[in-house]
This record gives sequence, structure tokens and C-alpha cells, in this order.
Amino acid sequence: MAELHVELVAADRQVWSGEASLVVARTSSGDIGVMPGHQPLLGVLQSGPVTIRTTGESGDGTVVAAVHGGFISFADNKLSLLAEIAELSDEIDVQRAERALERAKSDADAAAERRADVRLRAVTGVH
Amino acid sequence: MGAKLRVYKRRIRSVTATKKITKAMEMIAASRVVKAQRQVAASTPYASELTRAVTAVATGSNTQHPLTTETEKPTRAALLLITSDRGLAGGYSSNVVKAADQLTERLKAEGKEVDVYIVGRKGVAYYNFRERKVVESWTGFTDSPTYADAKAVAAPLITAVQQDTAEGGVDELHIVYTEFVSMMTQSAIDNRLLPLSLDETAESEDTSKGEILPLFDFEPSAEDVLDALLPRYVESRIYNALLQAAASKHAATRRAMKSATDNAEEIIKSLSRLANAARQAEITQEISEIVGGSAALADATAGSD
Repeated sequence: MAELHVELVAADRQVWSGEASLVVARTSSGDIGVMPGHQPLLGVLQSGPVTIRTTGESGDGTVVAAVHGGFISFADNKLSLLAEIAELSDEIDVQRAERALERAKSDADAAAERRADVRLRAVTGVH
Repeated sequence: MGAKLRVYKRRIRSVTATKKITKAMEMIAASRVVKAQRQVAASTPYASELTRAVTAVATGSNTQHPLTTETEKPTRAALLLITSDRGLAGGYSSNVVKAADQLTERLKAEGKEVDVYIVGRKGVAYYNFRERKVVESWTGFTDSPTYADAKAVAAPLITAVQQDTAEGGVDELHIVYTEFVSMMTQSAIDNRLLPLSLDETAESEDTSKGEILPLFDFEPSAEDVLDALLPRYVESRIYNALLQAAASKHAATRRAMKSATDNAEEIIKSLSRLANAARQAEITQEISEIVGGSAALADATAGSD
């Protein structure tokens, strides 16, 4: 099966890279799915979970990451997800995210609430 | 112990103490250089991907954006100078400040006003002492900058660029920092961030040379993408500059402390030679005094016989 190369990079580190058959991300105009051979694309990402269906060397499976803002760019069968902050779902501390969500709710901090919510959704898989 | 010898011994002790300190600083700086270098390397994928994306939009669309088009007659430029908070790094701060001065001169000669923004206490002190105007300054994070610091620095600059020049905005954005070439070489350089010159972005991205960039599909639209992309681009370039400046600072400190340690060793060596000579002189003098004394005594007893 055809595969595309994915690089998920945060501002200060490379979060994940490998082969995938499908990447679903949330742009400002809705969810977008990219499969191998997609037309060159450059989009603005919104805070939300990114789902990567891995294949090939990376093994069949799913990688979910919480991405806070950033860009998706696809060209030459190479997909880059650029985000200021990006975390893989298994890096996320659920309890901490829950606490952050509570705190954000009580402080009425919409941005922080959204961040915590995205993290939790990336872990639980409820999109 | 004679007075002279005592003075030498005291000086040797004090130089030895200084040497211990500079040696410790050298080693701390050496370990920090490695860490800073690693940070630079870790931030590179983001920066190069972002540069690629910016190049793609700027070349792949006919969008006219204030951040990519050159103004007919630029009248004001912003200059971001990145220095360090602490000294003891040889010519590190003065070199980068000098580079900023040269750039200021050049911009003024081109008829532009220069708004100065400074990172690092050394640069702030230099400008304050000369009572030059500084628009905004940041201190306290030059040793290990984070992305949040870069964002904080970039925010007022981006606002200034987006503003109209008549209302206090700027037409150009320059950045002066110390580039980390290698462990031994760091050079102060100036760089124009905005408006984007596409040759530069293409040059910095080696793989894009000679390669035709594909036609991109923009989501939601080319203008929106560019709007969102350029501030991030500025932030990431500033972040990269901060990291390189930090690595350069540590490398400069290491070198300065290494030569301080070497000098201390040299001083200790020459002082111990002097101390040895003083001790020998003292012994010789004592012997000649004893010999002289016993001779006088022998003469006296011989005389009384």
C-alpha cells in the first residue's frame, strides 16, 4: 500500500516521524484527511487531535497527538505537521490535564480550557 | 620567612584561587555549550519546515502581503539586538553591539529611522549608558531561552511591522545576533527578517535549490495561511537566533575562561620562580651572615689569645 512520510514537529523538538497511510487533522475550515498522493496542500491547523494511521516500517497502528495551533503542509508525498506545542497521546498526563481543565474552568480561561480539552480528547480518543 | 617571600606566597595563593574559579566556569560553560547546541539542533526541523512552507506560499501564490512586499520608500526599521545577560565572555557582547552599531549607521545612511529592541542586560546597559532610546528590552533568559521567550520578544515586533509606518509602525525588521559557526568560531551577523527576501529563504533551504515547488492548495486561503504563517516564521527565526546566541555565549565564555585559566597558570609559574629566587637569596644571605659572624667570632677569640 502506498504510504506517506509524516513529520510531526514542535517548535523545540521533533515529536514523531514515520510512515502513514492516512492523517486526519483539524484545519480552520474543518477536518481534513490526507492520504498518499494528495494534492500539495498548506493549511492552518486548529487546536485539536491529529490522528495518524501508521503503516509500513512504523507498524500498523494509530498515533494520536494533541496539537495546539500550527500548520499542515503536504508535498512530494511528505507531510509535515508544524505546531508550537504538540504532544503524543501517551505523553499526556491525564490527571494533570484534568486538573488543568478544572482550573481553567474555574478561572474562566477559555484558551487554557481548550488546550486541556484537546489533550484529554487526544488521550480518550473521543473526537 | 622573609617579607618578600611572604608577599610572593600570598599572591600565588590568590592566583590559585582565581584559577580554580575560572577552571570551574570553563567546565560549566563547556557542558552548557553542548546542551545549547542540542537545543539548536532540536529546533532546526521546525524552522526548516516553516521556511519551506513560507517559500511555498510566497512563490506559489500571487498574494500581496504587507510582510512579503517591500515598501517603495522604507522610512523606519526595527532592529532586534541579541546580547547576553552576563559578561565574562571575552568580546562576545561588544562584538554583537558593534555589529548593531554598524547596521544602525547603514540604515540611517539609507534615510531610515531605527527603532531598537534589545535582548540581554549587556546590550541594555550599553544603550542606557549612552542614553540611546530603546523601544523595548527583555532580560533574564539569554542563557537558556524557551519558545515562550521567543514569542514574547516577537509579539511587539510583529505588531510594529503590521502597523502603518505613519502610526509608529516599521517597514523592515532586522535582527543582529551571534551566529554559532563552530566551537571555536562565533560571528556577529545581521539578518533582515522582513520583508522576506525570497533568495535568502531559498538559499537557507539547500534542498529547494533547483527544485520546482509544486502548486499548493491552500486551506482556507492563501492570504489566511500567510497571515498565520508569517508571525510563526518570525517567532521561529527569533527563537533560532536566541538559541544560537546562547550557544555562542557559552562557547565564548568557555574560551575566555580557558585563556584566563592558562594565564593564571602562567602567573603562578613566574611567581613561584620569583618566590624560589627570593628563598634562595634569603638562604644565601643567612649563610653569609653566619659565616661572617663565625669568622668575626673566630677573629675575636684569636685576638684575645
